[in-house]
Amino acid sequence: MIIVYVLVAVMLVASIAAYLFKDLVNAVIAAGLMSLMTSILFYFLQAPDVAMAEAAVGAALVPAIFIIAIKRTGRYEE
Amino acid sequence: MIYYIGAFGLVFIGLYIMLTKRNLIKVLIGLNILDTGVNLFLISIGYVGKGTAPIFSRGSEQVLMVDPVPQALVLTAIVIGVAVLALALSLAIMLHKHYGTLNLRKVKEQRW
Amino acid sequence: MRRIIGIVLLAIVVLGITLSLAEIPFGTPKTHVGDYYVNEGVKETGAVNIVTSVVLNYRGFDTLGEITVLFIATIGLGALLKTHKERKKKRDVTPASLVLSTGCRFLFPLLIVFAIYIIFHGHLSPGGGFQGGAIIASAFLLTYLGCNRARANERRYKLIESSGGLVFVIVGVLGLIFGGYFLLNFLPKGTPFSLFSAGIIPIIYIAIGLKVGSELVSVIDNMVGESV
Repeated sequence: MIIVYVLVAVMLVASIAAYLFKDLVNAVIAAGLMSLMTSILFYFLQAPDVAMAEAAVGAALVPAIFIIAIKRTGRYEE
Repeated sequence: MIYYIGAFGLVFIGLYIMLTKRNLIKVLIGLNILDTGVNLFLISIGYVGKGTAPIFSRGSEQVLMVDPVPQALVLTAIVIGVAVLALALSLAIMLHKHYGTLNLRKVKEQRW
Repeated sequence: MRRIIGIVLLAIVVLGITLSLAEIPFGTPKTHVGDYYVNEGVKETGAVNIVTSVVLNYRGFDTLGEITVLFIATIGLGALLKTHKERKKKRDVTPASLVLSTGCRFLFPLLIVFAIYIIFHGHLSPGGGFQGGAIIASAFLLTYLGCNRARANERRYKLIESSGGLVFVIVGVLGLIFGGYFLLNFLPKGTPFSLFSAGIIPIIYIAIGLKVGSELVSVIDNMVGESV
């Protein structure tokens, strides 16, 4: 039971870190960490299909296309 | 109960990033966080206490299972979130090619 | 100033949502249709995975809509990015070392086999078409990152994507011909827990898996473009 509290805390801290970072690559990595924590929470809510889909999509594909788009535009905010 | 607080926290942070930040990539990161928060909320609605995953296995009949309908809906919603994000990022690349910057204040000022 | 207005507005909105949704208790059964799907699912469809039978049999039309949305997004992205001629900038790119490229080339068939296993067993265990398609796209992404100048064959993935969508629609129309309605489960149900059971569900999941995988590969290919 304690691990659910730890996971939710790490998820919220990672999303606040995605707000605070100025380097866009760091923000994307924080968003990927948040997605991974959400995938583990889906497993604790007895939903293995959704956990597999969220892990495969939110932690591998979405940061990849974000980083490709950042490479073709600017890297730092402002 | 902690799942509701986590989902609402994510929705709040995602909305705040989308309203306040100026860089277009940061706004899209906020959209991603908002989408994930709503999906987490939908799955935590369908949870039944002491239930198990809705998949039958050999030798165990008639146990209590969680609701399978929100899981099917969230499976669709995750894929649609990825599709919207991919199209929005291609629009951001095209915007940077035309205006040279991704700052939304400057893009609005340069129009006329 | 804008931040303070933003925080106040958001606090009002979130407070309103939280107070009105605090009436929902956590962990109690709420709907009756979920009980019906759990109790009658194996008898009516033959699939042991109830989420699969809901996605493909009871609400199969929503899956067709989702595939259409992904298809439109991929077409839009291809149409936007194909006309962008990027200037070839001379930049120093260190080529990938031998260890990296050999490791990536070794891992690629293992990932494809794992993805095919997940797609085929969609009705028996957690998995299905979307998850397998995302894993296929991750395998191709690994090859793009690790090996030197490796690109997917454009004509081949366009052909696979189109044929996947066509198989889905043709199976639905066959259900309309043989029975009464679109996406009727007209093949025999078989015995539960075996691989060839659950009617048309494995066929549709294979079509969806190939279609989603090749669409995500085309998204990555169009975004990378001509640059390394």
